[in-house]
Order: sequence, then C-alpha cells, then structure tokens
Amino acid sequence: MDILNALVAFLNFVFIPAAAYGAQLALGALGVTLIYGILRFSNFAHGDSMAFGTAITILVTWGLQALGVSLGPLPTALLALPVGIAATAVLVLATDRAVYRFYRAQRAAPIIFVMASVGVMFVMNGLTRLLIGVDEQRFDDGARFIINVRDFREWTGLSEGLALRSTQALTLVVTVIVCAALFWFLNRTKSGKAMRAYSDNEDLALLSGIDPEKVVRLTWIIAAALMTIAGVLYGLDKSFRPFNYFQILLPIFAAAIVGGLGNPVGAIAGGFLVAFSEVAVTYPWVKVAGYLFPDWQPGGLLQLLGTEYKFAVSFVILIVVLLFRPTGLFRGKSV
Amino acid sequence: MSDQDAVFGKRGNRDRSVVNPGGRGSIDGTRRSGPVGPGHAGDPFLIGEGMTGGYGKGADILHDCTIAVEQGQIAVIVGPNGAGKSTAMKAIFGMLNLRKGSVRLNGRDITALNPQDRVKAGMGFVPQVNNIFPSMTVEENLEMGAYIRNDDIRRTMEQVYELFPAVAAKRRQAAGELSGGQRQQVAVGRALMTQPSVLMLDEPTAGVSPIVMDELFDRIIAIARGGLPVLMVEQNAKQAMMIADKAYVLVQGANAHTGTGKELMQNDEVRRTFLGG
Amino acid sequence: MSSNRQAASASPWRAPVLFAILAILFVLEGTVRNGMFSGSWNTSLAILNMGLISAITALGVNMQWGYAGLFNTGVVGFLAIGGLAPVLVSLPPVEGAWSAGGPRLILSLLVGLGTLALAKIVYARTRRAWSVALVLLVGLVAYRWLFDPAVTAIEANDSARTGNIGGLGLPVLLSWLVGGAFAAAAAWAVGKVALGLRSDYLAIATLGIGEIIVAVLRNEDWLARGVKNVAAIPRPVPYETDLQQNPAFADFAARWGFGVAEASGIWVKLCYMSLFLVVLLAIILLAQLALNSPWGRMMRAIRDNETAAEAMGKDVTARHLQIFVLGSAVIGIAGAMMITLDGLMAPTSFNPLRYTFLIWVMVIVGGSGNNWGSVLGAVLIWFLWIKAEVWGPNLIGVLVGPLPDGDIKAHLLGSAPHMRFIAMGLVLLLVLRFAPRGLVPEK
Repeated sequence: MDILNALVAFLNFVFIPAAAYGAQLALGALGVTLIYGILRFSNFAHGDSMAFGTAITILVTWGLQALGVSLGPLPTALLALPVGIAATAVLVLATDRAVYRFYRAQRAAPIIFVMASVGVMFVMNGLTRLLIGVDEQRFDDGARFIINVRDFREWTGLSEGLALRSTQALTLVVTVIVCAALFWFLNRTKSGKAMRAYSDNEDLALLSGIDPEKVVRLTWIIAAALMTIAGVLYGLDKSFRPFNYFQILLPIFAAAIVGGLGNPVGAIAGGFLVAFSEVAVTYPWVKVAGYLFPDWQPGGLLQLLGTEYKFAVSFVILIVVLLFRPTGLFRGKSV
Repeated sequence: MSDQDAVFGKRGNRDRSVVNPGGRGSIDGTRRSGPVGPGHAGDPFLIGEGMTGGYGKGADILHDCTIAVEQGQIAVIVGPNGAGKSTAMKAIFGMLNLRKGSVRLNGRDITALNPQDRVKAGMGFVPQVNNIFPSMTVEENLEMGAYIRNDDIRRTMEQVYELFPAVAAKRRQAAGELSGGQRQQVAVGRALMTQPSVLMLDEPTAGVSPIVMDELFDRIIAIARGGLPVLMVEQNAKQAMMIADKAYVLVQGANAHTGTGKELMQNDEVRRTFLGG
Repeated sequence: MSSNRQAASASPWRAPVLFAILAILFVLEGTVRNGMFSGSWNTSLAILNMGLISAITALGVNMQWGYAGLFNTGVVGFLAIGGLAPVLVSLPPVEGAWSAGGPRLILSLLVGLGTLALAKIVYARTRRAWSVALVLLVGLVAYRWLFDPAVTAIEANDSARTGNIGGLGLPVLLSWLVGGAFAAAAAWAVGKVALGLRSDYLAIATLGIGEIIVAVLRNEDWLARGVKNVAAIPRPVPYETDLQQNPAFADFAARWGFGVAEASGIWVKLCYMSLFLVVLLAIILLAQLALNSPWGRMMRAIRDNETAAEAMGKDVTARHLQIFVLGSAVIGIAGAMMITLDGLMAPTSFNPLRYTFLIWVMVIVGGSGNNWGSVLGAVLIWFLWIKAEVWGPNLIGVLVGPLPDGDIKAHLLGSAPHMRFIAMGLVLLLVLRFAPRGLVPEK
C-alpha cells in the first residue's frame, strides 16, 4: 500500500507536471531546432514570438468568451488558437521579408541573423506589451480537472491523492498530435523532404529545383504554429506573463542543444529530459521517501535545489551533455 | 563580400549554440530570373558563348570563353589548376555574374535565368563537392533530384538503380555513410532524376580510386550513348580526352585549344603542357 | 549592394562631431524645458552618470565581441555579481552574523568548490562516470550538511533588519575592483567549460550563468538579503543632506544662482561623474594600449583567421578565455559602480532585456570593435532609452489628440511607454542593415 502511495505521490508531483512541462518545452525546442537547421541561426526572438502568439490567442479567447462561445469542457483558447497561429505566421513572415531576407540574399554570416533576431526580439517584446501589457493573465476555462484528488482517494482508498488537470492532459494530447503531424510532414511529404534537403545542403537543394524562399516561408509558418501552440499550452498550464516567455528561452535552447541542434527527435527528447530533471531536482522527495521508508526520519525536505534554481538545472544538464557528447544526445548539426 | 560580412563575418561564427554554418550555400536563392530569349540559328544543343565575368563584384575570371556541347556527345573542359574550368561550368549554370556573352540551350537564350530555373529548363548539374544530401537516404536523395517533376518517377529511379547497382543495394541508407565512389554515383543519379536534357559534371572523379574512376567513366559513356549530352570538367586530362567527342583546353579563363579529343591528343603543344609528353 | 555600403574609411572628424552632438543633447536636457527636454541639470546628469556606467559595460562587451568575436548573452549576470561587491566589501559588518555561522559557511563553500575540483581530478585520472558521480554526491551531502545550518543561523540573526552575512566595512571604491574580480572568477568558470568544448557554446552558457547569478542574488538572503534588498550602501561622495547643512556650500550655490537643494544634487552627481570618467578613461587607455601591443595584434590575428593562427601554434581557446575573463571583469566593475551609484542592491531589477540586450544594442550602434564607438553608442542609447519613455507618450498624445476619448485612446496612451522597446529594436535593425559598422567604425 505504501509503495502505491509513493507511486501516486511521484506521479502527482513529479511525473505529470514534468510530462506537461516537457511537452511544452519540446514544442518550443522543435521550433528553435527547425530554425537553426534551416535558417541556420538561433532565434533569440523565439520566446517573445511565443508570447506574441499567446497574447493574440488570449485576446481572441476573451472576445469569444464575451460572445458566449465555449467549447464545453475544453478551454475556449483552443478555438482561438488558429487565429493566434495565423497572426504569428503573418508577423514572422513579414519580419522575414523585412529583416532576414536581405541578409539571405547577401549570403551574410549566420551571426548577423542572430544579431538581427535580437532586434526582432525587442520589437516583438514591445508589440506584446502594447497588445496586452506586462501583467499576469489567466485565460483557461472549461473543466479544471479530469481526475481530482478527492475522487481519486475515494476510488482507490489510498491516502495519497492524484490530480490530473485538463490542461496537462490537453498539453500531452496536443503535443503528440503535433509531433506526429510534424514528423509525417518532414519524412513523408515532398515539401517536408525539401526542407530537410535544404537544411542538409542549400546549394544542392537549389540545384534540384527546390525554391529556397519557399522552404524558408514554410519553415517560418511551421515555426509560428509550434511557437503559438507551445506558448498557449504553457500559458494554459501555468499562466501568461510575458517575462516568463523570455525566461523560458533558456530551457528551450538547452533542450534543443541537449537533443542535438537541428535534430527534431533530439528536440523532443531534450525537452522531456530538461523538464524531468528540473522537476525531479527541485521536488522535495520527503513525502515519497516517507512512504517508502517509514522508519527513516530525514533531516530536511530531501530537495536537491530550491525551485528558484530550476534554470540552473537546464544549465547543468546542458554542460554535462556537451562535455560527454558534443553533438547532443541525437546527432545534431552542431559539430 | 557585403558590408555586414566585413564587420560581422569574423565575429561569433565559432559559437555553435547560435550559428549553424553546416550546409550553408553560396548561391543567392532570392535572385529572380529574367526573360528567356530566342536562340541563334545553327546553335549547338548547349552553348556558353563569349562568356566574360567573375564572382560577385570580384575581378573577371573568364575572358571571352566559349563552351558548347552537341546532342548525344561528350564535351570535356580541361586545363591547368586555376584555369577557370569549374568557373566556366558555373557560368553556364548561372552561378556567376556574366558581364558579356550569352548561354543558349536547345534554341533558347537562357542567360537571364537563375540556377533554379535553369534546372527547370533542362540542365542537370553535379557539383564537385557537397553534391549529396548526407543525412537523407539514397532513395530520398534521388526523390529530391526529381523534385521539379510531378509525374511518376519510379521508372527513372529504376533506370538509375540499373545504371548504378551498387547504390541500389543501399537505397535505405543515409547517403553520407556511403563510400566516396558511391556518393559520386548517388550525386550523378540525383541529377539524372530530373530527366535533364543535358548533364553537367564538375570533376566527377575527384578523389576516387583509379578503379572507381574507370567505372564512373564507363557509366558516363553509357549515359551519353543513351542520347543525353554530357559536359564535364576533368582533372584527369588524358582519360577525359579519350572519351571526349569535343574537348576545350582553358588557360587563364580563355579558350586555348578546341577540338575533338583525338585531335587534341595529337596536338604537340597540348601534349607537352597538359598531358605530360 | 553598393547603395548600402558604408564608407570603410570614415572621416577623422566623425567621432569628435558625434561626441559634440551628444554633449549638446545633454546640455539641452539640462537647460531647455519643453515637451522633449526636462530642463533640469539633475536629470541630465543622472542620465549621464548611468550612461557612463553603461559605457563601461559596453566596453567590456566590446572587448569580448570586438577583439575576439565572443557572443556574451549573460551581461546581466556579470553586472549583478559585480554589484554584489559593494554589499560584501563596504557595508559595515552585521553584528552576530559572523559568529552565527560565518566560519561554517566559508567551510561549506570551500567544500563545494573542493568537490568540483576533486570531481575533475577523479574524472581526469579514472575516466569513470560513476566514480565522479560518487564524489559529487558525497561532496553535495557534506556541503549541504555544513551549509544549511549556517545559512539558517545567519538569516535568523535580526532578520527584519539584516539577516545577511554583512560586509567588511572597507572603502566602497575598493569594492569596484572586487566586483571586477568576482565577475572575472565567474567568467573563468563559465569560459573554461563553454570555450573548451569541441566548438564554442558560449552564448547559451552565458545566458544560463546570467540567469543563475541573478537567481542566487534573489534567493540567497544570507548573501545580500535577496528580494528584501540592501539599502544604504556607503558612498564615495558626500551626501546631499550634509551639503545642504554646510553654510559654505550654500554660499557657493547661491553664487551660481542655484537653490541649495538643487545644487547639492548636482554637486553629488558631478562627483560621481568625475569618478566614473576616471574609471572609464583608465579602462579605455588600458584597452587601447593592450590592443596595440603584441598581445592585441595576436588577438586580432586570431579573430581574423583562426585557422591560420591555430596553425601557427597559437592557443586560440586560451586567448579567448583570457579576453572573456578580462571583458567580464570590466562588466563586473561597472556592476559595482552601478550599485554604488544607486546605493541599493535590488536583485529584482536585473532584467536581461535591459542589462544584456540593450548593452548589445549600444555596442552594435556604436561600432563593433571600436572602444570610443562603444562609449558613444552606450551614452547615446541610454539617453534615448530614458527619453523615449517621455517622448513616446508625448508623441502618442499628439497623434491620438483628435481621437474621441474612449478605451482605445486610453489604451494607446497607457501603452505608449512600451514603444521604446520597439524603438530600440528598430534602431538595432536599421543600424545592422544600413550602417553595420556603427556610428564610429573600427579602424
């Protein structure tokens, strides 16, 4: 029984939150890795673009809520999501046309794109502030729990409860669908293969008649979708604060690099690795240990690091992986 | 080199966490094509005539250089190192700013087309290096070759596999894992997948062993005898001239000698300077 | 592309003219009172002082970027760790804090560092991951066993007023050097790891260390009281209230036609300005000397052709580490100066957008690789950043004036201060595109 209680506590406090967070990081890291692989730079504006897409989605959600539209148990934000994706796609395509395309035509060094993305980051940050301000916003509605603690206790008779919030379940379901669709697209369709070909060898892709500008546009659109979905899921699960979206850049970059930059499978694996490590290292294990070893009286909370230091975890994982596997867990393009 | 590169090109490009120089191209993919004009009467199938120009804003590398290939023939470009052989090939393919001269293919003037559109106009080009997609399978490499086609490509793929049985056995393997000779075969196969009306090869035998080289030459002859005109740049002048219907010797970006392979082999000056007596 | 080509050889008058224009801006800010300027010397000098600190920060970044092409995205962290120095060096000691847990705390930190060093040695000797893990685990347990009670004791010591370890009571100017040393030590640790890999990962590593340093300052109450802030950091210059009570100063102010309150503020700011100028000029002088020394020539040779320099037997990684540590030390000095100027250590104010990426805008706008350019860019961008907060709403006010009052007008007016983020982004993008060499190009 105690082992079951320990397992439930583990699932409730570590596994489920980490899985949801990992899924959000994975989606973010997929966007970063696609841009790194195809446009060949790390997009510092990624976090702020996520915030922009989420802000648009929130505004549309509020509009829908005001009109009395709802999805029943599901959050209304799902209905608003396509609008957010479309707006973000338009914005990033316009940015590409106004900023990055010029440097592409010049065959400019990749670092210039990085610097330009810092400028874009400022602009996007300002746009998001203009749209929705800097305060925390909540926009989740619908059913809050799929399993709640009291019901779970009654069903099972365990003393430990388990909660599965609907946003967590939604995050995982959406991530599975998005990843499946993305891999199907990249590996099975002509356009997806053209994107991989361009990532492998730009000149040869061009010599095969692949239009580079089309590949770039497609990449931005997919990245915009990934950014917005990741941002909205993160916002639904936690809450929306524009500054958090800037801070999440570090775990997202860490996930993409740990997995091997430019490698989509790696981005997903990296996202979950970073998330599970973060949660596991900052979780006070005293409760789980109490069930497993009832006679043991640990002196503290058995927490390796305070939650404030979760960024340190992504950093340490990053360093450790790079020390032992310089190309990331899955062979990326960053040799 | 752009102003941006002059300032930033040497900074920060070592940092792999922000930049990915792997697979970067050198061709400007954003350049738009100009109009296609009429060809000249009595033109060979493909001709780059009186080409003068260089890379970007740099000095001219080609000086009034003319290269042509007739239907069903093999033409080779030979010459010493730095003679502009590959540059001439790239000029025909539109990867260079031509100040003078024109390129005409199959009765049309395509001088203003960008490289992408030249592929659609029927040119198949195999670069000397970086001529495969290393992380993609052999089969995907060939599919990408056929990117511009909307018809059934399976027949062409079978033909390529018949031509190169060695790579057929490895169709599910990543092309980057193959041996040097097999990579060249994949590269040629990829170009054939477009069903081009002329095949251009830039030193296809560079860096492969003599046995593989002979094998590759055999395949190239087979391709040409199948009716597809082949234009190639070759470092191994002797072998190249033996299979050439027409050979161009370039020196410092200009035509030095032109003739059939046999003629040039018998030309004393060509023998002395390029063929080692 | 010739249309956007910036002349490679700029006129020798370019920099002096630009500095003169900048000076005029500050004079206008001090004297003219209208919709654009405040007409207050106190405001003008306050902007200038922070601008000078930004200039020193930008110099540090420019050393890393301009001389070696290193992309440091953790400037905020090096500023923050430099800012820790005034707190630890110049504050008076906290009564009872040291006896509560000081020695034990120091011991725990030594154990922590020793564990890392031992882990490295063990890995180098045995190459076994599990033995390293064992060393780290034992070390961590020992560290926590020493560290936790010490911290609890120190934080319990008069926690409403202090609760931190306290300072050494030494002169605050000394802390500026210590701040540089703190930042240099942090940079050495990061650089050693991030530059020593098969290829660099400096950008992401510095982004991480920046966040971590700020998180440490925010959460380790024993160190600098965390979010409870440390106020009343000693000053190297007189206090306004002391000046106001000094009759000689009142006379002096009256002779210049200023009220004594205003004059005291100006005087204090001028004192700070002089100190900052001395530091700035000293750093520029050293940087220029270094750049023109054989060492500087080698640095540039490495930057321009790494492969060739490596082939000639230059240890590129070691040189990069050197310059990274030096640049970070300069940033640390700036951080210590900033906290001294503010008299307040408030870890929540360390925002990466403001303290990392705005510095980058300064460096790029000023001219990558040119020290004077960085100074110019820093002071100019800082001036614009501060003034844009005023200009934005004024501009929007004029633009939306004809609109009827309502939600939209209120929203536009309310969000106008955010316009400066967009403005800074546009400035960076425009400079990058049309004048990539910056205002004062590298020679």
